[in-house]
Amino acid sequence: MSFMSWGMYPKIKNTIFKFDKKKTLRRIINEHDELIPCGNGRSYGDSALNSNIIDVRSKDCFIDFNEETGLLHVQAGVLLSEILESFVPRGWFLKVTPGTKFITVGGAIASDIHGKNHHIEGCFSKCIKDFKIMLADGKVITCSKEAASDLFKATCGGQGLTGIILDAKIYLKRINSRYIDQTTIKTKNLKETFEAFEEYQDKPYSVAWIDCLAKDNKIGRCLLMVGGFRDDGKLDYKVKKQKSVPFNFPSFVLNNWSVRAFNWLYYRKVKQRISKQIVDIDTFFYPLDAVGHWNRIYGKNGFTQYQFILPKESSYEGLEEILTTISKSGKGSFLAVLKLYGKANDNWLSFPIEGYSLALDFKIEKGLFDLLDKLDEIVVKYKGRIYLAKDARVSKKTFEKGYSQIETFRQYRKENKMDTKFQSLQSKRVGI
Amino acid sequence: MSYVLITGAKSDIAKATAREYAKNGYDLYLAARNSSELEEFAQDITTRTQKSVKLLELDILDYKSHQAFYDNLDEKPLGVISAIGYLGEQEKAQSDFNEAQQIMDTNYTGVVSLFNIIADDFEKKQSGFMIGISSVAGDRGRKSNYLYGSAKAALTAYLSGLRNRLYDAQVHVMTVKPGFVATKMTEDMGLPEKLTAQPEEVAEDIYKAQQKGKNVLYTKWMWRWVMMVIRMIPEWKFKGMSI
Repeated sequence: MSFMSWGMYPKIKNTIFKFDKKKTLRRIINEHDELIPCGNGRSYGDSALNSNIIDVRSKDCFIDFNEETGLLHVQAGVLLSEILESFVPRGWFLKVTPGTKFITVGGAIASDIHGKNHHIEGCFSKCIKDFKIMLADGKVITCSKEAASDLFKATCGGQGLTGIILDAKIYLKRINSRYIDQTTIKTKNLKETFEAFEEYQDKPYSVAWIDCLAKDNKIGRCLLMVGGFRDDGKLDYKVKKQKSVPFNFPSFVLNNWSVRAFNWLYYRKVKQRISKQIVDIDTFFYPLDAVGHWNRIYGKNGFTQYQFILPKESSYEGLEEILTTISKSGKGSFLAVLKLYGKANDNWLSFPIEGYSLALDFKIEKGLFDLLDKLDEIVVKYKGRIYLAKDARVSKKTFEKGYSQIETFRQYRKENKMDTKFQSLQSKRVGI
Repeated sequence: MSYVLITGAKSDIAKATAREYAKNGYDLYLAARNSSELEEFAQDITTRTQKSVKLLELDILDYKSHQAFYDNLDEKPLGVISAIGYLGEQEKAQSDFNEAQQIMDTNYTGVVSLFNIIADDFEKKQSGFMIGISSVAGDRGRKSNYLYGSAKAALTAYLSGLRNRLYDAQVHVMTVKPGFVATKMTEDMGLPEKLTAQPEEVAEDIYKAQQKGKNVLYTKWMWRWVMMVIRMIPEWKFKGMSI
């Protein structure tokens, strides 16, 4: 069986190594090169792909929980959905969660994921007390912001390239409801969108869906959704059964016209400029999780997500140029997500910087990579960067320009002999 | 508190079933050989669900110990799930009777020894459920695993008789027949994806079927029909086939 990432692109043959005890893992690391750890396979591109994959998902035991402090100790293969299932009914929630709950804790660390509250809570690494990791020489190190801090900075966001994360202690936060008070703001153009983000930046959670096929003076129109947890004591929560896409759709299903129609309807569905709703955790944080295997709608050739971030001062100009380029190309994405981020952290490869990020899904097809190369140039021009957890094709040159601490990371890998042991298709391409 | 006893607790199906029952509010007795190896797993369930998990030492082949094993339970379980299974090596078992005997005793004799004891108790109390995990391999003997299959066939017949006996006592007996399941036992077999269940799916099916009082559960469900077809093949044809 060959393992595929969420984007189903690229496809390569690989051997999957499972381990139960540390001893077994140490032997695998010792005997093989070109290893990359993999959690639940939800990174989109080739960051967890290589000829030799270490399956960490099966290490899925909960170890301990402290009711006083909210400190949860779990093995690295535990899914965020499993944490929610056990702890939402007890009044706890993740401090930081991405747009899917089907990722492992190990994966959350390796991508230093962020969520709709980045502007307030930062990245996942911020809620970590410490974690254990097995390095290239088989040693297990406990690492935190204070202890082995270089290893911490390299590993959080380091895409699994420093070793195999075994377990982690993370802080949860108190909630008193599984419902969120949501406000939806409908904007007419990019200027209004930016104003709305600024206006609502004290809200705990915010994210915008943007109509990337809108043209001319409508460019950048969006539905901005902001919200915060309610306080009604309703905590019953069950992970809902998914309806699943049973097979790959034929690739013509998603085309310029169907995506345009979707975007038009989605935008039109909301009538008022400002409306309020009460929605549950799954609807607010994880709308796509309701459909299993939604990646199959892009057909058997797969898809890629292009996510970049631009510094705040150049965001407006940059986004305008990028949205115009996409709109002209006619290659639409029906899930285009815009968000205002807070300050960057110290981790060497963490994606977020203060500014606006846009994420777009594209079906893999002829001409797509030319378009993305063009977008790369604009991102570089405005001093932005690309998110590795989503990427399957960025060039070394573009990547390097975005990440100023890349040399520190490279050097650290070399010094600790990680560079020859842990590699992914992505790390080889971008030279990290 | 309400305990469910799971035997063969180290197997992947048993573990998934344990999590499923704890999630639904049951405390657990997990019985296996060298049960201390399950400490990490017991801690996992307690952390997830705040349910009580007790680890018990049980050697299913040490028949004489079974009465004492059951008598020593302070609180008798509401139900028992036997997830004991030993696939063994078919070819070895053909010429090495020790292997053949181990397959038969683990999958059949041992389970009977323990279930007889529990059945008496449940019958007296007029309550409880007993679940035996058998296998589709017991539905028809095939050359690739007929020793395992014959032991499971015996277990299936035993469970059917037990269900009949305990009907009047309102004790629910369920036969579970998993098809392919992705576990340690089948890791290297290269099973077809569409017909292969994850242990979690099997566990969910078991819990739901037990709650509904089902008699025989095939999991995944399509195995009921797959096996029906396999059983219908006439013997003169079947004996020449390789399936």
